[in-house]
Amino acid sequence: MIADLCKKMLGKSLWLFHTNCGACNGCDIEVIDVLTPYYDVERFGMKLVGSPRHADALVVTGSVSRQVAPALRRLYEATPDPKVVIAVGTCAVGGNIWFDTYNILGGADKVVPVTVYIPGCPPRPEAIIYGAALALGMVPKKVKPQHEQHVPRGFDLDAYIAKWQDTPVVAR
Amino acid sequence: MFKAKLKEAVICFGAGRVTLKYPFEPSPVPPKFRGKIEFDARKCIACGGCANVCPPRCIVIEDMGEVAKITFNLDRCIQCARCYEVCPEKAIWPTDEFETATPDKSDLKSEMIVWMSTCQRCGRCFETDNAIDKFESKRWRGRGPGEANKHGIFPIKPPIDFSMPGSLVREPEEGQGQ
Ligand code: SF4
Ligand code: SF4
Ligand code: SF4
Repeated sequence: MIADLCKKMLGKSLWLFHTNCGACNGCDIEVIDVLTPYYDVERFGMKLVGSPRHADALVVTGSVSRQVAPALRRLYEATPDPKVVIAVGTCAVGGNIWFDTYNILGGADKVVPVTVYIPGCPPRPEAIIYGAALALGMVPKKVKPQHEQHVPRGFDLDAYIAKWQDTPVVAR
Repeated sequence: MFKAKLKEAVICFGAGRVTLKYPFEPSPVPPKFRGKIEFDARKCIACGGCANVCPPRCIVIEDMGEVAKITFNLDRCIQCARCYEVCPEKAIWPTDEFETATPDKSDLKSEMIVWMSTCQRCGRCFETDNAIDKFESKRWRGRGPGEANKHGIFPIKPPIDFSMPGSLVREPEEGQGQ
């Protein structure tokens, strides 16, 4: 019962620890932007803290580089449970244009489990607020994958693709 | 000093409320904003221009004879709208949608399947060597069932010999000369 009460009373106030894992500073500026009075994410009790041990949420920006990956892992382990990880920016979501570079692991989810992905390069401050509100369950999820087909009526696409995948490769 | 503080307080009261009410009220995007991209499989001709210019290589085309499958790994799309600029049919365009945060990365993977046009004589789809093919640009366009590498990119396997003339899909039948 006390746990439920604590969850109800304390569950809405995320304290953020901001980690730059090889970001270009674009996303970091936008994260700072949402803390300004204009966007004012402190309305939801969110504020930056100086130590991962005080934090409820890790805000990861940047395409995680090899050098920083062990540090990110240690940060994650130092954050007390329950914790959320918010990946801000296309770098932290999928690695951006460096996704296959030798020194980049390509996204925060290669190192730590990510709760909310916020794509954008950099995301709008509103998009970051939306992602944070999504992590708190205040807004519904809007994005969904788009699947489109333009094939003749009656064409069995799945069978065709299966057949194609069984066909041996011929040099053309 | 007290007077100065009082003046500051008056200025602060005069400024009124500046904070956006954003998650509770919509926030309009500025003009020419580039958000999540959308596409129309009815307009696309699978020319591969978008996949050629996409900086993070998030558009991958697989040619499978009569259909072409175009996969959009929007988890690494940087919303630069270069695909929109080069598309000859304007089959792909940026939208105003910025609320793309999601707890599930598979929401950011889209795909379209395009039916290729057929030859009027034999009634089958054919491949043409266009200018983009001649660049021998690797890694954005996979011909046939190539093995995906760790990033889901289909390398060209085996290497295509562009010097070979007559690269139709249809193979010559047994016993018949060309
Ligand atoms: S997502 Fe874009 S703005 Fe953000 S760190 Fe990466 S390159 Fe910079
Ligand atoms: S979306 Fe446009 S540029 Fe891309 S393959 Fe289709 S027609 Fe070509
Ligand atoms: S907007 Fe840019 S990154 Fe995104 S699919 Fe188009 S070309 Fe690629």
